[in-house]
Amino acid sequence: MKNSSRRGFMGKAFGAVAGVGAVASLYAMKKTWDPLPSVKAAGFTTLDMSAYKENELVTEKWRGKPIFVLKQNAEMVKKAQSNPKDIERLIKIGDAYYMVCVGLCTHLGCIPGYNPDEQSFLCACHGGRYDSTALVTKAPPPRGLDIPPFKIDGMKLVLGEEGPEYKKMLEAGTTLKV
Amino acid sequence: MAHFTKATSLHDWLNQRLGVDTLRRVLATEYWIPKNINFLWAMGMVLAITFGLLLVSGIFLLMYYQPNVNLAFDSVNYTIMQEVDFGWLWRHIHGVAASVVFLVIYIHMFTGIYYGSYKKGREMIWISGMLLFVTFSAEAFSGYMLPWGQMSYWAGMVITNLFSMGGLHMDGLVEWIRGDYVPAQAFLNRFFMLHVLLLPLAILGLIGLHFGALRIPHVNNQDGEEIDFDAEAKKYLSGDKAHSKVIRFANDFMSKDMMVVSIYLIFFFYLVFFHYDFAMDPVNFDPADGLKTPTHIYPEWYFLWSYEILRPFSTNVGLIAFAFAQVIFFMLPFLDRSPNALPASRRGLFKYWFWAMLIDMIVLTAMGKVPPVEPFGTVGFYAALTFIGLWIVLPFITKFEKKL
Repeated sequence: MKNSSRRGFMGKAFGAVAGVGAVASLYAMKKTWDPLPSVKAAGFTTLDMSAYKENELVTEKWRGKPIFVLKQNAEMVKKAQSNPKDIERLIKIGDAYYMVCVGLCTHLGCIPGYNPDEQSFLCACHGGRYDSTALVTKAPPPRGLDIPPFKIDGMKLVLGEEGPEYKKMLEAGTTLKV
Repeated sequence: MAHFTKATSLHDWLNQRLGVDTLRRVLATEYWIPKNINFLWAMGMVLAITFGLLLVSGIFLLMYYQPNVNLAFDSVNYTIMQEVDFGWLWRHIHGVAASVVFLVIYIHMFTGIYYGSYKKGREMIWISGMLLFVTFSAEAFSGYMLPWGQMSYWAGMVITNLFSMGGLHMDGLVEWIRGDYVPAQAFLNRFFMLHVLLLPLAILGLIGLHFGALRIPHVNNQDGEEIDFDAEAKKYLSGDKAHSKVIRFANDFMSKDMMVVSIYLIFFFYLVFFHYDFAMDPVNFDPADGLKTPTHIYPEWYFLWSYEILRPFSTNVGLIAFAFAQVIFFMLPFLDRSPNALPASRRGLFKYWFWAMLIDMIVLTAMGKVPPVEPFGTVGFYAALTFIGLWIVLPFITKFEKKL
């Protein structure tokens, strides 16, 4: 500080003011890019689960994303029960098992297509494959399709709310939070 | 205040106030260009002209384009293409130029690599050029979003998903970039802003830096010869033009530059009028639909090589390989350990490195276009490994290169 003069002090004072201003501006800019509250609030979809047919993929919409609903037939349930990783992904409503997941490939977000004869999903973008509970059978996808937050309400399923079954899946690491 | 005298002419009036004679001397008549060059040295001017075409056509498109998810598609495909007089012209110039500009950028880059124009004080030219390449890539991508067709939407989905960084699951960052869970209104609006203002501003600034970086080391020549520009300029100005190794930038070199530009523009407008379809993906003539992925998603041709480096690997490895491909060209001046600034043909193993890299990038480009089935998957995988391998061996083969 030996050489500090009044000019030096003014320089440092300006630096301090500019620094505070820069940080504050960056904060404002970051917040301006955030998703709007109206975007975040529009987030619940209710599905009537009695309407689905076995081994027929139906695509619903939740938060702008496609949601796959696949009611499992007896053969698929039997196959899933032989692998704990498969069966824990299914949602049981009444006596039926449903696969409900976000229909975006966990690799880079394309929509995989379902082949009811092979009972498997194929993502055309990079060749990833999933089985009938949407668990990965061929890379590049790093994990099975994500399961959206859900709450079982009789024969209805509310997407966007976190019910006890969903929380259990999160804890077990069956799905990631979306 | 400086001393001003009564002006004898408009030129003199301007000269006293703006120093136009000095400006012209510094920028044109006494900016020296080596004689020993060929038509590949005109690519910079070709790029500047193409950027001008993009700017002018873009201004006219901007008058009718609507950055709204419900209106964007029709504002391009109906209003501009069918209602606006000559709207098709601006769109086709814009689309063709966006594609061709990358072809010329790649020629410009590989010319620089071949002749060693990134060495011996020319490193900043290379780095500023690479910054331009990256900014142009962002500009092309953001522009591709605007017609809001199926390819716009799904390219937007896939590319913004890259920012989740694979296994790091940074979904919050992806949603922040999009301003929504999926590409929607906020996304279209902000990419519109980037495309028409922020990125063009950055490009203009970087073009200034690129030209500025050229000033002190000067343009390279066909033999990588170190020219004493001051001595050669003195020789030229004293009247010995025949023995001087340099000529004036303007009008002497410019006249040759513009000759190449003329030939280029004939080719360019041939494409605009008769073959614009190569720059217009048919899939993008379907409006964006968030519930239906096109059966086969691929980027525009100029991104295919880096896309193919991403594709054959699992998510995390693929992302690392992709990131490597994006930044590694920046490092070229430092990974090339040889002091020789010579054409590749006279540089031993580097000659083979150059052609291997060029061919490998063409193979990657071709493999990126075809669907991910065999045998293309395997070819793409080995081409991606070759790309990474070539960069790893570069410091070694250039380190042991004989000093010439």
